[in-house]
Amino acid sequence: MYHYRRLNSDQSFFQKIKNLDYILLICILALSTLSFFIMYSTDGGEFLYHSKSHLIKLVTFFILMIVISFFNIKFWHLCSYFLYGAIILLLVWVSIYGLKVSGSQRWIDLYFLVLQPSELMKIGIILCLAKYYHRVSIEKVNSFLSISIALSMILIPIFFVLSQPDLGTSILIVTSGLIVLWLGGVKIKYFFISFITFLISLPFIITSLEPYQKLRILTFLNPDRDPLGAGYQIIQSKIAIGSGGFSGKGFLQGTQSYLDFLPEKHTDFIFTLFSEEFGFVGSVGLLLLYTIIILRIIQIGSISRSNFARLFCFGFAFAIFIYITVNLSMVLGLLPIVGSPLPIMSYGGSSMLATMIGFGIVMSAKVHNQQTIA
Amino acid sequence: MIKGNFTIRKSDIINRRMFIIGTAKLIIFGGLIARLFSLQINENKRYLTLSDKNRIREWKLPPTRGNITDYFGNIIAGNLKVYQLHIIPEQVENFNYLLSRLKVILNLSIKRIEKIKKERKQLKPWESLIVSENLTWDQFSKINNYLYELAGVKPVMTISRDYPFSDIYTHVLGYVSQPNEDDILSNEIIQEKFVPGIKVGKLGLEKTLENDLIGVNDIQRYEVNAYGKRINQLEYQKGKQGSKIRITLDTEVQKLSAKLLEGKAGSISVMDIYTGEVIAMYSSPSYNPNSFLFGISKDEWQLIRNNPLKPLINKTLSGLYSPGSTIKPIVALSALENGIIDSKFKVQCKGKMELHGQTFHCWKEKGHGYVSLNNAMKQSCDTYFYEVARILGVDRLKVTADKFGLGKKVLGEYFENEKAGQFPDTKWKINKLGKGWVLGETLITGIGQGYTQTTPIQLCLMTAQIANGGYKIQPKILTDDNQLTSEQVKKAMQDSKSNDFYEPLYDDQKNIRIVQEAMFSSTNELMGTSYRSRIDDPKYQFAGKTGTAQVKRISKRERELDLKTFQIPYEERDHALYVAYGPYRKPRYALSIIVEHGGSGSAAAAPMATELFKLIVDRHQYRKKLADFKEFSI
Repeated sequence: MYHYRRLNSDQSFFQKIKNLDYILLICILALSTLSFFIMYSTDGGEFLYHSKSHLIKLVTFFILMIVISFFNIKFWHLCSYFLYGAIILLLVWVSIYGLKVSGSQRWIDLYFLVLQPSELMKIGIILCLAKYYHRVSIEKVNSFLSISIALSMILIPIFFVLSQPDLGTSILIVTSGLIVLWLGGVKIKYFFISFITFLISLPFIITSLEPYQKLRILTFLNPDRDPLGAGYQIIQSKIAIGSGGFSGKGFLQGTQSYLDFLPEKHTDFIFTLFSEEFGFVGSVGLLLLYTIIILRIIQIGSISRSNFARLFCFGFAFAIFIYITVNLSMVLGLLPIVGSPLPIMSYGGSSMLATMIGFGIVMSAKVHNQQTIA
Repeated sequence: MIKGNFTIRKSDIINRRMFIIGTAKLIIFGGLIARLFSLQINENKRYLTLSDKNRIREWKLPPTRGNITDYFGNIIAGNLKVYQLHIIPEQVENFNYLLSRLKVILNLSIKRIEKIKKERKQLKPWESLIVSENLTWDQFSKINNYLYELAGVKPVMTISRDYPFSDIYTHVLGYVSQPNEDDILSNEIIQEKFVPGIKVGKLGLEKTLENDLIGVNDIQRYEVNAYGKRINQLEYQKGKQGSKIRITLDTEVQKLSAKLLEGKAGSISVMDIYTGEVIAMYSSPSYNPNSFLFGISKDEWQLIRNNPLKPLINKTLSGLYSPGSTIKPIVALSALENGIIDSKFKVQCKGKMELHGQTFHCWKEKGHGYVSLNNAMKQSCDTYFYEVARILGVDRLKVTADKFGLGKKVLGEYFENEKAGQFPDTKWKINKLGKGWVLGETLITGIGQGYTQTTPIQLCLMTAQIANGGYKIQPKILTDDNQLTSEQVKKAMQDSKSNDFYEPLYDDQKNIRIVQEAMFSSTNELMGTSYRSRIDDPKYQFAGKTGTAQVKRISKRERELDLKTFQIPYEERDHALYVAYGPYRKPRYALSIIVEHGGSGSAAAAPMATELFKLIVDRHQYRKKLADFKEFSI
């Protein structure tokens, strides 16, 4: 009885609409609009393939987000393990039947969308661990057993993602997972110890890296080493951003991208184009928009009554922060190129789908913030 | 209750830890903004430059060469608009079909088609492929008619070198063609201005004056994409045409020289005896320099190369000939200067002379009898000069010959292929051949045979310096704005005691007069070797000396046969020479004529002088007017 009532929620449809978080919604809409115009610019100022496809995805996934937010947060709590398991199955599927593009096997062709399950796992891991730490009592958090369970939840998907191989996404999944562990109350000293262990084992990890990954790290350390080869992307990206100046070259005026000097300008390097055309002012503005979104998600987390919602919101906010930081550091030449998209802005369905699902669940937490979960 | 407590404590932990992370986030975002600031604000200029370097590329176009004109300003090497046909491969739908269409319209050979296909593979699809460098107007209009069905074909108008007088000036100007590796490596200016399609001087003045003529490239600035494809033109910077060069030659005289030597191998040079300006310098046969502009065809090249009259050799500067009797004025002058003879000195000519058991023949078998200097020069008596040379000795003769410029380059700084020739003496023979000098060699040197080798331009200079009263002059082929006119130079020479700018080549000017008179007799008195070619009108009257240079030693049998020129095989016929100056009363110009294997100087070479002097003297007033006008304008 109780469960039934809670799951179906005690709010009417209109109440739910009223309870939606409009600050977050407006920010997401603003970001979506911006991303559409930038995609339009990458198409050379014409409404072509990328901008069309991006627009369709934006609309579809935005609606999906609203739909998700109407489901009670309790429902998502209930489904967490199931979703996690489903994504693991998709990863297994990918490793067997996945599409292979330039040496990596990461995708499933769903005809209307080429799905990259590892992107979904970025959200899946947060959901799963949020549910886990919601349930684990405070005394048991630091027990060997509970830490082992949590770690294996992270390591199982990592195993598949790394074997694709996809270092960038693996790092993002691990980081998102670890932050939930941290939020869940795992002792700081464990983090320190594992961090030091990681540093010590770093040389061994590097030797086991794929040659192209090693090359990327070397190139990162000195991009001028091979300016026409591996360093080309970083150099051209820095030139584009640097030449943007204070106010940018203007919308549709980015010469670096128009004349095809920018590689991957639709996806990982979308910020470079944005920064070239809108300059320092635009870039700081975009960061501000992201910051508002992150802060709003944290706020929603902190007014949630359930720890699940709280953990998810905080974890998700942190994840978005990490995506932005890794992507921006990469295009600004502060980190090696690891291949991580900028949320919502980058072209790519799976990443946008994952982000929108995340927003949806956060929105659901907001709508149902008085919901407690046993 | 207890459970509720835990829940609150747990959310506290979560909130507290979130706060720590939130702070870290702000710091990291701050770091990113700092990085953005450093790239976009601090280093903006540097990256803007890099970005422009990325997107802007310059294209140099071939510069326009400077014109070369003759003395009167007629263009002898100019520039012409030519029509070319280019193909932009990326705009072509079906390349093979297009080529087959062009083959029909332009009558292209299969070889050419193959070459075009090969060239296409080496180019980027947006780079234009030159199908034809020089279309006739007919072909050009035909192409324009069919243009609607020839996508990717671009008719282009461009500028090319043009030599309007065709082969008249070839040996003076040289020609231009595509530079080869050597041209580019040896000249930094060509290196700097090099673009595909540029033409550089290969020979003659076109080569020596390359750096003045080449001009400055037009520059197009384009915005390009990452693959180097031009997107749009940003700027067009006009270059500069190369400097205009005016040479001292007179096209009319040059044309006449070419006409006189038509069908013969030889050379005509004409020089102003005061200024040293070269008025004409023609080597025959010549060839058409326009053939080299767009690559000469193999057949035409073979025709030029295999011509037995050797058109490729600039005979005026690189042809080495025995001067024959044309050396006699110098032998006479040397003897007079050294006090060995005077104008009354006589020698008996019996048709031959014996020395140490060797016989030296005079050209006149019966002999000239007793001859004085004037008579000996007039009739070109060899015995007289054998005797004079024997007394004078070769070493003293060489001193005089050197003074008058024999054995030295005349225009060397402008023509790489000019030869110095040689005038022998005893030391020369020891050094060069390792053998002692034999007196018999002195004798034949005295009549311009033996080791002596001179170029036609040297003989012309020699004559000019005798004609001007024995003053050294500096031959010129380029006009010089600060140059004195003939009148001014003449005045300065007569006044040379007060300034030593014009170096006298004599000890006693009387001796020069004697030689001049002897040359006058040779042309204008009965029995003179060139008497038949004389002009009696004092306006055109000239003085000269014939010469006949043997190509091979005449055997006894041949001497007995006394063959006519046409009866001897071409290769063995004598070279005909003539040097002269005029008008005799007021000398202005000297000339030298050489007809290879032409037979005797009096029959083959001297008659040409008659026609030349008529023209040269008539042209003098125009030349003077131009020089005076220039003087006036200063």
